[in-house]
Amino acid sequence: MASFRPDVRESEVTPERLYLRRREFLALGAAGAIGALLPRAARAAAASEPSGAALPVGKKADLAGGEQPTPWRDVTTYNNFYELGVDKEDPSRNAGSLRPRPWTVQVDGEVKRPQTLDVDALVKLLPVEERIYRMRCVEAWSMVIPWDGIPLADFVKRMEPTSKAKYVKFTTLEDPAQLPGQRRHVLEWPYVEGLRIDEAMNPLALLAVGLYGRVLPNQNGAPLRLVTPWKYGFKGAKSIVRITFTEEQPRTTWNLAAPDEYGFYANVNPAVDHPRWSQARERRIGEFFRRKTLPFNGYGDQVAQLYAGLDPRKLY
Amino acid sequence: MGAPTPATPAPAAEPRAARRKQGAWPWLVPLAWAAGLLPLAKLVYDGVLTPGLGANPIEKALNRLGFWTLTFLTLSLVPTPAKAFLGLSWPVRIRRALGLLAFLYACLHFTTYVAVDQFFDWQVIGADLTKRPFIIVGFATLLVLVPLALTSTDAMVRRLGYLRWKQLHRLAYAAGALAIVHFLWRVKRDHTRPLLFGAAIGTLFALRGLEALRRRARRRPPVVASTGPSLSGRDAKPD
Repeated sequence: MASFRPDVRESEVTPERLYLRRREFLALGAAGAIGALLPRAARAAAASEPSGAALPVGKKADLAGGEQPTPWRDVTTYNNFYELGVDKEDPSRNAGSLRPRPWTVQVDGEVKRPQTLDVDALVKLLPVEERIYRMRCVEAWSMVIPWDGIPLADFVKRMEPTSKAKYVKFTTLEDPAQLPGQRRHVLEWPYVEGLRIDEAMNPLALLAVGLYGRVLPNQNGAPLRLVTPWKYGFKGAKSIVRITFTEEQPRTTWNLAAPDEYGFYANVNPAVDHPRWSQARERRIGEFFRRKTLPFNGYGDQVAQLYAGLDPRKLY
Repeated sequence: MGAPTPATPAPAAEPRAARRKQGAWPWLVPLAWAAGLLPLAKLVYDGVLTPGLGANPIEKALNRLGFWTLTFLTLSLVPTPAKAFLGLSWPVRIRRALGLLAFLYACLHFTTYVAVDQFFDWQVIGADLTKRPFIIVGFATLLVLVPLALTSTDAMVRRLGYLRWKQLHRLAYAAGALAIVHFLWRVKRDHTRPLLFGAAIGTLFALRGLEALRRRARRRPPVVASTGPSLSGRDAKPD
């Protein structure tokens, strides 16, 4: 990957600047000049800094073109994690019920040695890296997120899949006591996502255990979640308890729920609209104007070769 | 909807309108407006003071404005059955305010979509309004509400005649149904909220139908019973 730039300083970004500008837009639109009259301090106080236990992070790579990461507050309060509630603020509000430690991940299927791994042992086994990625949600909003995690390729190699392993399936915890959203049958529980094995081996794919150099907050899918920045956000299974290597393509949750709206590949594709809204543009959280959505979310150089033979119309 | 009914209820309109003018509880209508504008005030307040509208304030503003449109639309359908079944007449006095509030929130919802969410990108808006059923249905809701808002004044009621006015305003149910479809198509997976609105409006519509049947049943016997030429069938009012 050519665009790897090690040791790019991690911006202790002050969220405030973008934050304030966005409010001003809305304030001006909605309430005229009232916004401008408010004391700055009052609003600045609302922004908050990253919190939680620090993670030792090795290599760092900015793969979001030097863009300012989305503020911690936004990344941790605007979440799609239906197991903790269907509204964006629900996961952060209900996060307390999830207990991400101790936590084990069952690795099974087409691997030499099926095993159960403790998540903390896993983090010691393989080095944690920081990756700043763009994240594009299927709902046409996006963020820039500094993830900390283990390259999925390293993990896959370590698990020694057999020759029959064609896919990797990720399963989220199923426990309505910890994930109260599962008390309602909004989706097929547990949440299942999957990748083709060559997708899983792509250097971009990450098993995230942290955010902003801190242990992953519960609402972001603690303790372990998948990050595939060239795909829509829903591919990123959260709070993973099981990783299965399979010969058959896994039946993935959103694809099962609405096959015409959410494909298995779910590659970011501005040319294929969601049946109900356009995917041509997106709103970066914190910005007023929408920007153009890039094919593969701008990671075409790294991943396009994976789909060389496939009909691009199918890549949604 | 709308089997043409005889003009029986018409005479009630004028006196009621007159009564409304001087009637008891002169604060009722202003109170309805004040309460109805609270969600808007809250939205403006939250929009100005961080972090009230969260990470995606435009989306939240749209969602809230849509929610209140549907809420006031639903509430505006309550007074008629409330009078028929509960004998309450005060809700009828705030019905116009409720309907106009629904229209106001619908306009703000649409304006936010055009001017803030899409920032006058007419190409995208045009594509949305022609290609996407979810947006088309939302826009149709607004269009249905326009004639209702325009004919909401006393003068327009008089000009149209109460009966025709009433028939026209049955479109409020159509608007409600369209708004619910718009909401249903908007949500990704959890249909609870739009279905609750659907249940509410469906119930109100059913009550209305029931009342219409009841009225018809009540009206029929005197006509059948009278042997002579009943020119004054209208006098046989059961109440």
